[in-house]
Amino acid sequence: MELLFEKSIKGRGCSILPECDVETAALSEGQMRQQELPLPQLSENDLSRHYSALERRTHGVNNGFYPLGSCTMKYNPKINEWAAALSGFTQVHPLQPDDTVQGSLKVLHLASKYLCEITGMAAMTFQPAAGAHGELTGVMLIKKYHEDRKDYGRKKIIVPGSAHGTNPATAVMAGMTVVSIPSAPDGCVDIEKLKGAVGEDTAGLMLTNPNTLGIFEKDILEITKIVHDAGGLVYYDGANLNAIMGIIRPGDMGFDCVHLNLHKTFSTPHGGGGPGSGAVGCKEFLAPYLPKPNISVCDDVYYQQYDCPQSIGKVKSFNGNFLVTLKALTYIITLGSEGITDAAKNAVLNANYLMKRLAECYSITNKGICMHEFVITLEKEAKEKGVTAMDIAKALLDKGIHPPTMYFPLIVHEALMVEPTETEGKEVLDEAAEVFLSIYRQAIEDPEWVHHTPKSTPVGRPDEVRAARNPVLHY
Amino acid sequence: MSNPSNLKYTKSHEWVEFTGETTVKVGLTDFARQSLGDLVFVNLPAKGDELTVGESLGDVESVKAVSDVYAPCSGTVTAVNEELLDAPEMFNESPYGAWFVEMSNITDQEELLSSNEYEAFCKEEE
Amino acid sequence: MGSYIPSNETQRQEMLDAIGLAVVEELYSQAPPNLILSDGPNIPEGKSELEVSRMISGMAEENVIFPTIYRGAGAYRHYIPSIVNAIVSKETFVTAYTPYQAEISQGILQSIFEYQTMICQLTGMETSNASVYDGATAAAEAVAMCRDRKRTKALVSAAAHPDVIETIKTYCWAGNAKVELIPVKDGVTDIEALELMLDTEAACVYIQQPNYYGMLEDGERAGEIAHGQGVKYIMGINPIAAAILKTPAKCGADIAVGEGQPLGMPLSFGGPYLGFMAANKAMTRKLPGRIVGETRDSNGERAFVLTLQAREQHIRREKASSNICSNQALCAMTAAVYMAAMGPDGMKEAAAQSMSKAHYLASGLNEIKGFGLRYIGEYFNEFVTECPCDSGKLLKHLESKGILGGLPIAGGILWCTTEMNTKAEMDELISLVKEVCANGIIV
Repeated sequence: MELLFEKSIKGRGCSILPECDVETAALSEGQMRQQELPLPQLSENDLSRHYSALERRTHGVNNGFYPLGSCTMKYNPKINEWAAALSGFTQVHPLQPDDTVQGSLKVLHLASKYLCEITGMAAMTFQPAAGAHGELTGVMLIKKYHEDRKDYGRKKIIVPGSAHGTNPATAVMAGMTVVSIPSAPDGCVDIEKLKGAVGEDTAGLMLTNPNTLGIFEKDILEITKIVHDAGGLVYYDGANLNAIMGIIRPGDMGFDCVHLNLHKTFSTPHGGGGPGSGAVGCKEFLAPYLPKPNISVCDDVYYQQYDCPQSIGKVKSFNGNFLVTLKALTYIITLGSEGITDAAKNAVLNANYLMKRLAECYSITNKGICMHEFVITLEKEAKEKGVTAMDIAKALLDKGIHPPTMYFPLIVHEALMVEPTETEGKEVLDEAAEVFLSIYRQAIEDPEWVHHTPKSTPVGRPDEVRAARNPVLHY
Repeated sequence: MSNPSNLKYTKSHEWVEFTGETTVKVGLTDFARQSLGDLVFVNLPAKGDELTVGESLGDVESVKAVSDVYAPCSGTVTAVNEELLDAPEMFNESPYGAWFVEMSNITDQEELLSSNEYEAFCKEEE
Repeated sequence: MGSYIPSNETQRQEMLDAIGLAVVEELYSQAPPNLILSDGPNIPEGKSELEVSRMISGMAEENVIFPTIYRGAGAYRHYIPSIVNAIVSKETFVTAYTPYQAEISQGILQSIFEYQTMICQLTGMETSNASVYDGATAAAEAVAMCRDRKRTKALVSAAAHPDVIETIKTYCWAGNAKVELIPVKDGVTDIEALELMLDTEAACVYIQQPNYYGMLEDGERAGEIAHGQGVKYIMGINPIAAAILKTPAKCGADIAVGEGQPLGMPLSFGGPYLGFMAANKAMTRKLPGRIVGETRDSNGERAFVLTLQAREQHIRREKASSNICSNQALCAMTAAVYMAAMGPDGMKEAAAQSMSKAHYLASGLNEIKGFGLRYIGEYFNEFVTECPCDSGKLLKHLESKGILGGLPIAGGILWCTTEMNTKAEMDELISLVKEVCANGIIV
């Protein structure tokens, strides 16, 4: 398929703007652009067809089952999209006076209120634009807290070996050193190793619960106590909140601050890789450190409070990805108290059911019940038959199913992490299970076949080595 | 591929060639090549950098992974293999021909294995 | 109450039976019982779609939408061609995940590759990444890219956007790095002062073009001076202005960043926006975030794939230079569609008109006593005037006429125009302001 630049024909264009109705202002020679601007020249019809062709070469939640572990690819309700397109929200300038943006401020305030209830936190910011951004903000809160107490020696962040790569990367961006503690044989935090790792130099622990293996950390209260007793704080990576929202609150588990992935748990769409939103909530004692402004209310009038002397500053311009926050609020209002709880319960139910079906052939790392996701390992099959996690994933592509997350968590070899979410009906799970199982059987019988999948996708397996060795990053 | 007997080896899969009493060339072994797969990029230190034994002197990237290369001894970097920077595939073609750095003023070596000892060590790892 | 759970009671029971459990609550048996909320979260009950739509509409109606806007300061009301929304609201693009599985994601990957190409065309730089959160974070990431073992200090123009400065400061504080502000003189960065600030600790110089006051900086000179002392040069640019201004590449920038919102994204009370980042050849591998590259597939066909991933956090973990994971994919696509719809002529026209209308408005306001231009020099589509009366009251009066006036700053007003402001509207604004001052309607 051709690129826009390859379709470009000189002289083509869309008629967008009228003639200028005032005299043209001149630029000095020294400021003028001398270089050509070789943007493509296309008619509107060309553009429309081009992107329709691109759409056919894309796979969205609307095309089929998307069991990506740790991504929570639940259905994206269309009422959220409708809300975010209302001109009453899209035409608002971020620097309008507070009394003209009461609607938007109310959205942020309500979203904060409901999400604080769900997470057991006291205050929240929507300024971070993504999960990793929220993580950085959360660790910054911890850093500021210790600095404020003049406890300057606390420079270590403890991270379990099973954690997502953003956790240690975040800690380093926040000027901390990472202490990685290997997991216990059951995949959970090793309590003894944790005790050995905490000390006077501990700033905090970053943890997700359920963990990245889809197991609930049953010793969570002991874990948070150990860190608190050592003088550190505990940060909740909210990527896996879908398993427990409405049922268990991170605040009750002992976490001091949390980040949420609104584009995972709260149904805002992934957009092919963004925009998301990484809301950050915290307990009362950390609230003064949140980025500014914060949204306050007095006598039913909302206003933006910039006078926050202890704030860490800003992590992004204006108020974060506002329209994404709006979509999440719409979702929360729709589900309400019962719906939030139901979503979590059914996410876990669906995962356990699918796990049971797949266990007919696949090795599952989870023993007993899992939470909202579970991990398959192809380690044995890779050694004995040369059938890898990658092979199974590529074979799934031919069947219209997006593969599960590959090669994560790193502590499991040849891993496939499966998260069906609650928005799939039983019949979808049954059909998917049949596909997974038949691929397995065929691959074991004929490994050569599976190495050459996918066969029916727009392109075959890309040469990633070539792409990295000789990068071609633009036309 | 067998490990050349004129070289020394580390447990972290580097090979070391003593080009003089206090000068060495360092590279990665065939075992490393097998586990790393196709290299796409190599990050090397700069000429003149001081290295400390056991610390990372750089790293190698394959498509989906990064691995550290460890200094088998302390010393000063006198040369880095520019050819390898331009064509990391050299390493996959011939791991013992693709040196990473040259060092001088060697002190503080870590325990270096002979090619037989290294072969035995690798068998254990598997 | 909707919860988007398709399985009915019978199906849920069948699944429970298959697992061997009696009730769903047993799935939480691993958790300490005292943690389980007995009643669910303390938020209102769910609502039907109709009720939700009423509630949301109600909130939207509480906002005031101004038919005419003269405020910029980092968020600009440009005309968005209708093809843009038609394309970026396509369900598949909206609901797709990050294109890690290249074989079924060529649509997203190609659109990002096209976006990267257009950013390179706009800035003249060698490589662009797939975008970051916004202009402010792009600036902060660029500053981090320039740090090495010896040089860690950032010199940031005080004429940059306050939110950009604040974000850079926050990121640098987090990374234990220093920030110094380069003073402003006559509305532009004081280059002489900059020369004195360049020392062996300085890692980078950040200049915004046009700057926060709308003024044009001497982009090339700042770069020369920085490089003369071995310091890297970052330019934060306006992507519409870039169509007619000297490119950052020509100014010698090592990295070009900016706020991409003007490229087809509505004002939206601040987000989602778009941060673009482009670098020269030497800095390419230091770019954070996702990058799409071209390659061949197993059949020799052209294919696109996320590449250079070994820079990123999911592989390098604590050795990654940035923790960034998401880009703003759908916003990057928005920018690409906008630039393709406008084409080179349309982009230049939008830029030229934005600038021309500002000059028209400025000369009109200039004639009113006390509304003189604060700074002398070249400017793009924003400018600061003095304000002889109470700016708060003046602006409130304009608001009552459906006009969002300029932004009140430091005793003056920062005005902005784009191709959206007509001559008639501007004439009306000028006469309104004249009226107010002449009649002392508000003082």
